[in-house]
Amino acid sequence: MSLLEVRNLRVTFGGTAAVRGISLKVEKGETHCLVGESGCGKSVTSLAIMGLLARGGRRDAERLAFAGTDIQNHSEREMSRLRGDRMAMIFQEPMTSLNPAYTVGSQMTEVLRRHRGTPRAQAVDRAAELLGRVGITAPGLRLGQYPHQLSGGLRQRVMIAMALMCDPELLIADEPTTALDVTVQAQILRLLAGIQKELGLGILLITHDLGVVARIADRVSVMYAGEVVESASAENLFADPQHPYTRGLLSCIPVPGKVKRDEPLGSIPGVVPRIPPGYVGCAFRDRCPHAHAECDGAIPRRAAGPDHEVLCTLPAGWFGRQAA
Amino acid sequence: MSAVPAIEVRGLRRVFRVRQGLFAPPRHVVAVDDVSFAVPAGSVLGVVGESGCGKSTLARMILGLLPPSAGEVLVDGQRLADMDRRARARLIQPVFQDPFSSLNPRRRVRDIVAMPLVAQGSISSADIARRVEEALARVGLSAEQGTRFPSQLSGGQRQRVAIARALVLRPRIVVCDEPTSALDVSVQAQILNLLAELRRELGLTYLFISHNLAVVEHVASEVAVMYLGRIVETNESEALFAEPRHPYTRALLASVLTPEPGLGVPDVGLGDTMPDPANVPAGCRFHPRCPLAFERCPVEVPRTTPNGTGFVECHLAEPA
Repeated sequence: MSLLEVRNLRVTFGGTAAVRGISLKVEKGETHCLVGESGCGKSVTSLAIMGLLARGGRRDAERLAFAGTDIQNHSEREMSRLRGDRMAMIFQEPMTSLNPAYTVGSQMTEVLRRHRGTPRAQAVDRAAELLGRVGITAPGLRLGQYPHQLSGGLRQRVMIAMALMCDPELLIADEPTTALDVTVQAQILRLLAGIQKELGLGILLITHDLGVVARIADRVSVMYAGEVVESASAENLFADPQHPYTRGLLSCIPVPGKVKRDEPLGSIPGVVPRIPPGYVGCAFRDRCPHAHAECDGAIPRRAAGPDHEVLCTLPAGWFGRQAA
Repeated sequence: MSAVPAIEVRGLRRVFRVRQGLFAPPRHVVAVDDVSFAVPAGSVLGVVGESGCGKSTLARMILGLLPPSAGEVLVDGQRLADMDRRARARLIQPVFQDPFSSLNPRRRVRDIVAMPLVAQGSISSADIARRVEEALARVGLSAEQGTRFPSQLSGGQRQRVAIARALVLRPRIVVCDEPTSALDVSVQAQILNLLAELRRELGLTYLFISHNLAVVEHVASEVAVMYLGRIVETNESEALFAEPRHPYTRALLASVLTPEPGLGVPDVGLGDTMPDPANVPAGCRFHPRCPLAFERCPVEVPRTTPNGTGFVECHLAEPA
């Protein structure tokens, strides 16, 4: 039984299809990265899983199960009992998700007091312990401070510690390090990886940064225009990318020592298209150098190797064969 | 190539007075502290550092948008302070990070691009129209796109508009402050390729500010690493990336996450003390975070030690 199982999830906002039938699983102790560019639907996916879609958002799935239980028909009350307790979430910008009017301590302890009814003194001990665990020196001092008194890196550590207050089984992290300096990003990611190993949690990490993905993912799903276009283990995805979009993205990244200065980087021409309802065919075809007539029809999801799926009309091993 | 550097900065310093509360005495934040360097014409100087290190303040002083507290900026051999705004605009132009806030949302693209020409006050409207069209074509925008509003364009297209506006006066120098940080990677690659092409074709000099070292390595011929208002290491790009001397440069390089699976997340070794520009540590300003700090570091300010074509400021790099 997977910790999180999403099968054929769709999200629409009015006439716009934001998520168009995605499936993914997160196992216990695994980091699954959902990667894609802005507007591909990755954040909406995470909000849909947590039942936090904005008004007007409609969610529909064949299955949306947390720890074996389908949560699609959970009431708002049942969901809020799960959120922050067994499934927790970290957002990109900690300043907007922390309440500026309350101290770090009162926000952290609230989670535990509300979900578990833990007495205040005990909750404070737990908060201090977790702040220490996420590498914050002088946790006692920090508990009494307000969010604006902390640096961006510290705030994100507080968010992580707060997410861990109730020992969640699943952690959904939406761009947790995007607003941070590279040096702090490395520290926060190391921290997440360490905590995961220690506590065995499942992490669904949403990011646009393939560098982050390569370093911490076990599994990767690449999203484009509301669909998962390629899904594989991190090792296979980077060693043998099979979707033209994945390959395009990888060629865009300057890698020190690999791309010579002044040599042009690879790039993907054009922009992400608007997807009207009832869209048929591959959403990437207008930007794809390998597009052909078949791309206008229904696109098969085919196996490209063990545990490696691609949403593309090109035959399996196309790129491998081309290179040889 | 002329021997006069495109940009020369001498002893540049900028202090901000910051009030923390209504009755609190003002504190002084030294955002840029005695910085000197020269950028040869036709080269690209990459400036890297964490947020708050003073790199944007430096850029704004070089653009003449912010008067220095001390020191001077020379652009193409002339003192920036002696130039009038129009002359300055013909020589040096900016491209900023966020094309969503740097373009006037109520004006059409072609009017935005025409603005620097109009501000010159002496160019005929026929000339303006021709040069705007030329500038748009150069950055890959059609005349039809020139009639649109910024909100009708994608992030990458807006950044092209910002670049067209910077180029329309045919400046010699462009200051790019995080020009691709707000963009997706596929768009970032398009913009970086465009900037490289323009530099080659028009013989431009760039001051390229970024927190992304991989990007800087790709575009810069020289790199300056800033930490809390000072340049702590500078060198030719190849040399700096091959052989970083300052522990801070090494930490920055180590924290670049390249898309190579199996390497894991590196231990940068900087601890969790964050730099505070309002409270610069004594001695070497990097010592509280430095994994190699020893007894001299908190007491003695490191000397500037020549290294390659640049220098490094670290006690460990000083000759014995």
